[in-house]
Amino acid sequence: MVVNEIRKQFPALSRKVYGKDLVYFDNAATSHRTQSVIDEWNRISAESNANIHRAVHRLADEATQAYEQARDAVQAFLNAESRQEIVFTSGTTAAVNLVAFCFGEAYVKEGDQVIVTEAEHHSNIVPWQMMCNRKGAVLKVLPVDDTGHLMVENLEEILSDRTRIMAVTHISNVLGLINPVEDIIRKCHERGVPVLVDGAQGAVHCKVDVQKMDCDFYVFSGHKLYAATGTGVLYGKRKWLESMPPYMGGGEMVGTVTFAETTYAPLPMKYEAGTQNFASAATLKPALEFINSLNDNELINYMDKIRDYLLDVFMNDERIDLYGVPRGTNKEKIPLFSFTVKGVHHEDLALILDKMGIAVRSGQMCAEPVMDRFGVTGMLRVSLAPYNTMEEAEYFVKCLNKAIDMLI
Amino acid sequence: MTIVKEMTLIEAENAIVEEFSMYDEWLDKYEYLIELGKSLKDFPEESKTDDKLIKGCQSRVWLDYKVEDGRIIFNADSDAIITKGIISLLIGLYSGRTPQEILSSDFSVVEKIGLKENLSPTRANGLVSMIAKIREIAGNNM
Ligand SMILES: Cc1ncc(COP(=O)(O)O)c(C=O)c1O
Repeated sequence: MVVNEIRKQFPALSRKVYGKDLVYFDNAATSHRTQSVIDEWNRISAESNANIHRAVHRLADEATQAYEQARDAVQAFLNAESRQEIVFTSGTTAAVNLVAFCFGEAYVKEGDQVIVTEAEHHSNIVPWQMMCNRKGAVLKVLPVDDTGHLMVENLEEILSDRTRIMAVTHISNVLGLINPVEDIIRKCHERGVPVLVDGAQGAVHCKVDVQKMDCDFYVFSGHKLYAATGTGVLYGKRKWLESMPPYMGGGEMVGTVTFAETTYAPLPMKYEAGTQNFASAATLKPALEFINSLNDNELINYMDKIRDYLLDVFMNDERIDLYGVPRGTNKEKIPLFSFTVKGVHHEDLALILDKMGIAVRSGQMCAEPVMDRFGVTGMLRVSLAPYNTMEEAEYFVKCLNKAIDMLI
Repeated sequence: MTIVKEMTLIEAENAIVEEFSMYDEWLDKYEYLIELGKSLKDFPEESKTDDKLIKGCQSRVWLDYKVEDGRIIFNADSDAIITKGIISLLIGLYSGRTPQEILSSDFSVVEKIGLKENLSPTRANGLVSMIAKIREIAGNNM
């Protein structure tokens, strides 16, 4: 079975917790890393450790090459027009902050408006809110409906002549539905409004083509797609990256520096001030190679089967409320399920499942507005990766039932 | 619960440690805590005010008290049942005792029954906050 081959590539999956086999269902928070990712980080640290882009010696050259090859891999992964449009950051949060700040400096004035959605992670709300506060701009919100779908039909009404930018998640980390971002982008572009897409979950589960999507910015984190922590990507259309001011000032983001004036380095270095997290960033290359290897029909069918099985369980159990329910086709749902059990606190369930060896997420999941929308203080979330098996899903369902019986 | 106030605090703490040592399996410990949680007496809804809310818990905990004859009577509630079991256990130990008695305890009982390291870190923090609050109330009523 393909899944067994995949599992072998992840050393973390073989460990036990409380004497039981680990069932890791918290992949939306962070995935595990492949051996190839761990090896690349070790290799650079042990053999090619030198600061990138600065020196002419051999080690510096090797480290720089590994870093820049990762950029090429990301460009290919996103199908960006140019490698200069790929900026490395420390993660999704850092990338959103960069855009919110720099775009705000260049284009947002008092009385202008910024649109986000009700389904966003705090990382795609707070930076915009901070920018709006600084600029005297107004934050507008596109709501979600009872099934967790964005109410795109309301967008035209919310868009105005004062709208400067919209930020929307490709897939919510709570609702797990693939949002119609292309439709949103088209509607925004008709009004001359650029769009940032938060791809923290989307890049993991969808084939992304930024040119076809026509997004203005696409951001994601490495640690959720098998690469090292502290890595992230900002894709931005060249016209924006060129016209915005830099984010941080410092080493290697400059052209020339005098006390009178500084000119900035060309893209993408203009946005990469200071010593970069090069050993980690380089792991994006083996991580993306791993993702590309997942394009296997047997595996895809197997993953769909697990998703459909869990979806069926969650939708047909009277005790369970599922948030993010697909309409029409299951294809719009990723294997990520946030739910509550009537009369049971999410944290009790998570604690008991933990003792059964199952790692799930509980709480607000960095998305308080979504919790408020559905009137709950928290939820339980299971999120699967291609290394999870049907046996694990079945074991989880058995354990969930047992845990619920203990609690009610 | 086996704890009766005729026991000194140290005796009561030891009794709890002994009771817990009967359970090898974590799930059995949880079963026990869940039962304790369910047995906690009613906490009036109108008392669930922010000033009684303990910070540091992922689940919410409300702790109230009154002083009678120099002894502190605690009452508490939580929206999560395992947490409620833990506070029920703490209240069983420390409620009805004098501030001096409470402050004489090193609260190592939670470590001895394996609660501190085996609850999630966020939960352990909640536990630490709960104990800090109990000590603070005792300190304020010396
Ligand atoms: C949809 C979404 N956006 C943003 C983030 C923030 O990502 P990071 O913490 O890696 O910056 C996450 C991860 O939790 C996420 O799932």
